[in-house]
Amino acid sequence: MNSELGYQLLKKMHFIRMVEEEIAERYSQQQMRCPVHLSIGQEGVPAGFSLASKLSDFAVSTHRGHAHYLAKGGDLKAMISEIYGKSTGCSKGKGGSMHLIDLAVRFMGSTAIVGNTIPIGVGLGLSAQLKETKDVSCVFLGDGAIEEGVFFESLNFAAVRKLPVLFICENNFYSVYSPLSVRQPPNRNIAKMIEAFGVKSISAEGNDAYVVYEHLCNAFAEIRDGSGPIFIEFLTYRWREHCGPAFDDELGYRADEEVAFWKAKDPIAKATLALEKVIPNFHSRITSDISKIKREIDLAFEFAEHAPYPAPEEAFKGVFAND
Amino acid sequence: MTEVSYVSAVNDALHIAMNLDSSVIFYGLGATDPKEIFGTTAGLAKKFGHSRVFDTPTSENGMTGIGIGAAIGGMRTIMTHQRLDFFLLAMDQLVNSAAKWHYMFGSQVSVPITIRLIIGRGWGQGPTHSQNLQAWFAHVPGLKVVMPTTPADAKGLLLSSIFDPNPVVFLEHRWLHQSVGEVEEGDIRVPIGVAKIVRTGKDVTVVAASYLTVEAIQAAKVLAEEGIDCEVIDLRTISPLDWETIYDSVKKTKRIIVLDSGAQNGSVAGEIIARVAMKQHHILSAAPMRLAMPDVPEPTSFGLTKGFFVRGIDVYKNVMAMFGKPETSKVSALLEPSPHDVPGEWFKGPF
Repeated sequence: MNSELGYQLLKKMHFIRMVEEEIAERYSQQQMRCPVHLSIGQEGVPAGFSLASKLSDFAVSTHRGHAHYLAKGGDLKAMISEIYGKSTGCSKGKGGSMHLIDLAVRFMGSTAIVGNTIPIGVGLGLSAQLKETKDVSCVFLGDGAIEEGVFFESLNFAAVRKLPVLFICENNFYSVYSPLSVRQPPNRNIAKMIEAFGVKSISAEGNDAYVVYEHLCNAFAEIRDGSGPIFIEFLTYRWREHCGPAFDDELGYRADEEVAFWKAKDPIAKATLALEKVIPNFHSRITSDISKIKREIDLAFEFAEHAPYPAPEEAFKGVFAND
Repeated sequence: MTEVSYVSAVNDALHIAMNLDSSVIFYGLGATDPKEIFGTTAGLAKKFGHSRVFDTPTSENGMTGIGIGAAIGGMRTIMTHQRLDFFLLAMDQLVNSAAKWHYMFGSQVSVPITIRLIIGRGWGQGPTHSQNLQAWFAHVPGLKVVMPTTPADAKGLLLSSIFDPNPVVFLEHRWLHQSVGEVEEGDIRVPIGVAKIVRTGKDVTVVAASYLTVEAIQAAKVLAEEGIDCEVIDLRTISPLDWETIYDSVKKTKRIIVLDSGAQNGSVAGEIIARVAMKQHHILSAAPMRLAMPDVPEPTSFGLTKGFFVRGIDVYKNVMAMFGKPETSKVSALLEPSPHDVPGEWFKGPF
């Protein structure tokens, strides 16, 4: 393991978690007036992705998209502003938490309907292929989305045309409150099922950012070499409620032992444990970096809170391009 | 100017667009098959290659999203469905993605996609092969909806649709495909959102679109013999709709009848009458009228579709009633032809 790389991954995980925790902390102030779906507990995948992908690669994401937006390098102030509904938001207040975009880093959009951006990501892959670039289109999806018909339609077409598409599935085992057991047959091996579609497929640990990073690097290299699409399932776990800032374990839809098992597999704790022995002055360095991250986040929230709302007449503009 | 069929005009527009702009791609189920989507895709794959012109998996929703993704990645996508009804599988991508993308992401990226849908009626197409759902599409902010009547407008509006930065639903009526008309050569565009007065008149405004414009014109000829001078408006675009042309016409005629090939409940015709009634009630000298399809699915049987469709004869009868005139023997020119379920002798089915 390259320990410096490991350290950068850890820093990215802290950054993503701290942003999400700050959203959770301030959510009750009623200034962020839109649904939010936090990725706390799932930071391993976006962190690995942030260092494995290139700026020119496309990415699209889901309702739970903050982490992917940030991992792609999306502007923090613009994201927080968007959640606050401000004119400085990345979607100018029209989209909110579930509709993030940052064209400068080719984060091409996240949307709210499960599976909705999967074909769009494949279409971006088609555009990359037609333009003969080496860019990869990355499609973030969850375990629920692989139950959507459009997932299979998109996967099939990506395979038919050998498109440069990387499907990154975060399997957190729940679609809102519905466990995999009511949604998919027992003992299904998702990766095997996808393999049968003619798409190379891997299942891997999602709570180890370094493992994620290595899998993604290999996949990117293969796709850029013309392999066609690759699907990777990363196993991970959402700590808080499906939608909103709170923990909801009192509802009892997840076994206490299961929650405890996954919290013990905290990707940040895991990386910290591995790195504190090998990075010189680890604790003072990470403490200093965390305080820098904290400052950046505070500034972004301050920026968003003080930014103006869009003028009400803006609601009536932008239905069509050139109008 | 040369006289060409609607099919040739569509094909011509596709060739011109793909030749003009290498980012234009064209696909659909059957796009490159031997039937060539009723001939509309003839020669495209041969000329522009299978990267840009291709047949697809049977995946309407996925392929629509892929077209949207390609469009936001810098391509101009044209898709085709041989029946509108199959495209209903793609409503998530049409409504939640294509129509929303520009607005929802703060006007930063638009979706230049044109979706050709073939609509129709008759010859046993039945409940799920004949639907005219233009009102659905017009109901969704962010979509443009075009339904040309003539070959010239089919070509000009298709070119405008392809080069429009927004998603356009382009509706072709199967009964118009073999119609012929004068079409200018080259890259001639007809603007989206502009209706055309296809017959000027002073007594009553008849609003129609697509195939029903043909029926309206036939009725207007007979009504002229009855001393009623119809002004026939071909909408050409359903959304955004050219309200001024309608209002100006009604100012002159003070009467309006609107034809619609879709079911009457929630129809475009209903919307037109609502707005005219709200805005121009003080000048109307008769209650506005609507001739739309009944609120039932289209049946399949030859026997069940007799008298089922909106036709020129219905326009004649309703306009005569509007003027308090009794029908005359002139109505015979508008009697339902036999067979009643085809656009002409050339149509032998099954498609």
